[in-house]
Amino acid sequence: MTMRVFDLSFRYKIPLWGSALIAVVALTMTVSFMFQAYENLKRDMLAHSDNLGRVLVKTLYTPMLHDDVWRAYEIVGAPFSEAASTTGFRAEGLILLDANHAVFVSSQPDHWPMRTALAGLGPSYAQLDARLRATPEATTVLVEADDVILLALPMIADEVGIGHLLLVHPAGFYWPRFRQLAWRALLITGLVLSVLLPINWYWGRRMAAPVGRLAERMDALGKHAPTASLSHDYPYRDELGRLFLAYERMHAEMAEKATLEQRMVKADRLAALGRLSAGIAHEINNPLGGLMTSLDTVKLHAARDPVLDRFLPYLERGLAQIRDIVAALLVETRGRSRALNAQDIEDVHTLLAQEAKKRDADWTWDNRAGDTSNLPATLVRQVLINLVLNALQAAGEGGHVAVRCVGNERGLELDIQNDGASISDELMKHLFEPFTGLNEEGHGLGLWVTHQIVEQLKGRIEVESRDGRTRFSVTLPKGDHAWPPNASA
Amino acid sequence: MLRRDFIALSALLFSPFSRADTTAKALRIGLTPTLLHERHTLLAKWKAYLEARLGVPVNFVLRDSYSDTMDLIKQHRLDAAWLSDYPYVLMQPWVRLLATPLKDGQPHYRSYLIVPARDTRSRSIADLEGKVFAYADPYSHTGYLFPRHALTALGKSPKTFFGRTFFTWSHRKAIEAVAQHLADGAAVESYVWDALAREEPAITQATRIVNRSQTFGFPPLVAMKQMPDKTFRVLRRVLLDMRFDDQGREILDKLHLDGFVAGTPALYAEVESMAREAAREDGGAR
Repeated sequence: MTMRVFDLSFRYKIPLWGSALIAVVALTMTVSFMFQAYENLKRDMLAHSDNLGRVLVKTLYTPMLHDDVWRAYEIVGAPFSEAASTTGFRAEGLILLDANHAVFVSSQPDHWPMRTALAGLGPSYAQLDARLRATPEATTVLVEADDVILLALPMIADEVGIGHLLLVHPAGFYWPRFRQLAWRALLITGLVLSVLLPINWYWGRRMAAPVGRLAERMDALGKHAPTASLSHDYPYRDELGRLFLAYERMHAEMAEKATLEQRMVKADRLAALGRLSAGIAHEINNPLGGLMTSLDTVKLHAARDPVLDRFLPYLERGLAQIRDIVAALLVETRGRSRALNAQDIEDVHTLLAQEAKKRDADWTWDNRAGDTSNLPATLVRQVLINLVLNALQAAGEGGHVAVRCVGNERGLELDIQNDGASISDELMKHLFEPFTGLNEEGHGLGLWVTHQIVEQLKGRIEVESRDGRTRFSVTLPKGDHAWPPNASA
Repeated sequence: MLRRDFIALSALLFSPFSRADTTAKALRIGLTPTLLHERHTLLAKWKAYLEARLGVPVNFVLRDSYSDTMDLIKQHRLDAAWLSDYPYVLMQPWVRLLATPLKDGQPHYRSYLIVPARDTRSRSIADLEGKVFAYADPYSHTGYLFPRHALTALGKSPKTFFGRTFFTWSHRKAIEAVAQHLADGAAVESYVWDALAREEPAITQATRIVNRSQTFGFPPLVAMKQMPDKTFRVLRRVLLDMRFDDQGREILDKLHLDGFVAGTPALYAEVESMAREAAREDGGAR
């Protein structure tokens, strides 16, 4: 149970703890106030009785000395008349005792009849009687019994005790006043709580909300891809603000790392594929050369035979196809080639204009390549042709294709866009792998070859495809050396 | 009607006060503690009534005990007074009978022996032996003289019969003392008890009348012997005529009286003999 309380969300825990704290403080203060008030009240009310008693004692001397019962009765009865009952005086009754501790007169003759001995009025009175006899005449005596609180004031005339004025209070006579006070204190506490608790609740929720959001984001971090930034959630620079900043940093780093890993995995796979396919191609190439030579020899020297005439062309075409595919797999960059110039790009433009027209595509060609590049003309032209053909194919009839080539001191940038159907996520993962063609035409090696060329030229190729817009960007860095490598030699 | 108007007119024109010292001499009437003490409106009305008919200012002089009023008489500081019958008997050397009130058509009243209502057993004063007894005033007939006389008649000594006695200095307060159980018994004027029973029945209901005495002459109004005959006659006439006009009747109503008659000293013969007996008992102290 306790654990469940501690497991609660901050959203509830902060307001709950705050409320508990406020309530405990308010109640503690109220209780301590009431305790103090209780003590004060009791003391004040006894002091009040004592004062009133002393005033009465003065007026009672004469009737007492003159044995005037009626006058004394009127005086002790006065505080209990209806007109006087609103004052703070809460004694139940007054008893005037004569020198022998018998009732001279009392405010309630029914309770305390004249001539009754003090000790005969009850155990508490007997206790008082004993105390009075044990103490000097001039002393005020207070007896606090369970049922009654008795305050006896001495009446001294010319140093001779003529009697006592006894103030009788019911036990807990200060309770009604105290209840009034306590009720008021509780009311004020209630008011204070009714103001503080909602403020605390609002403040607690406000404090907890960003923590809650942060926790949610942290939870989500491991589960799916990092989402958009959340710095706007909490604009302050306190500890929480710093947590948000740290989260944001971590979030960005994780996103970067994920991209990087993805790219590395892809590059590794492509490299492995490259090695595999190159190895296979070489292995095929050697026997293939022998086969081709043997075929030529058979064609030139073998006696004419109708079966040969019929099947030799098949063999020849098959072997030629194998040679083509192997050649495509074996991307050879070290072949003889001259350095690229702007005219090479324009040649591609001219070459593909026919194709574009055939496909009825709307295309733009922006050539700013310049002559500064020392890249191999043949390979760059192959890359450009592959990408533009793909774009024309993807754009379809009436589609748009934009080609841009920009040369600068860093190298050459090719940018080919089309507005055909987007590339699916699934396809995107294996885009540059061999036999993963974008379409049914071709042998599916175009992008693979493109990628291999770009890799070998230490360049970069990136694809973006979303919202009906597919874009291939190729960056080819200018080499340190002149092209062709042996030109200067 | 005619006669009353004439007297009122003559009082205005020819009264001895209006002739000699018009402004200076007010008529001073002493009042002993009865119901009247707390009824200032009624007193103001009666004062205005008397002043209108006498043509002189009237001052009521209030005192808290019979003895105070008696002292004033002895010192000639009053012109007239409303006394109880016992003080009248004692003051006879100084005063003469002016008028006797009528109550229920009779110039009489009684002494009531009362006990708290919760005391249902007491049948006479003899049952109150050793109890607390409230006297009205040492100069009261019904509230002091009569109960003591009754005890003497029973062969008891009034000095030792009760356990404790005290004076309340008025009949009304004696009734209150019994009603509030301060005293176990008291003797009071029938006139005061009856009037209180009508005005504040809650007080009298807390008491029970054990015994009603025989009738005595009602406490009279007296005039100083020095009062000129003419003044005496005019004053007596005004008092006696009160019951014949509306204003006078209204005041009498509030006083719970029917009117005033001339009265005779014979009405007070019995109290006089009681007073003599009491004086013998006390050895002439009172």
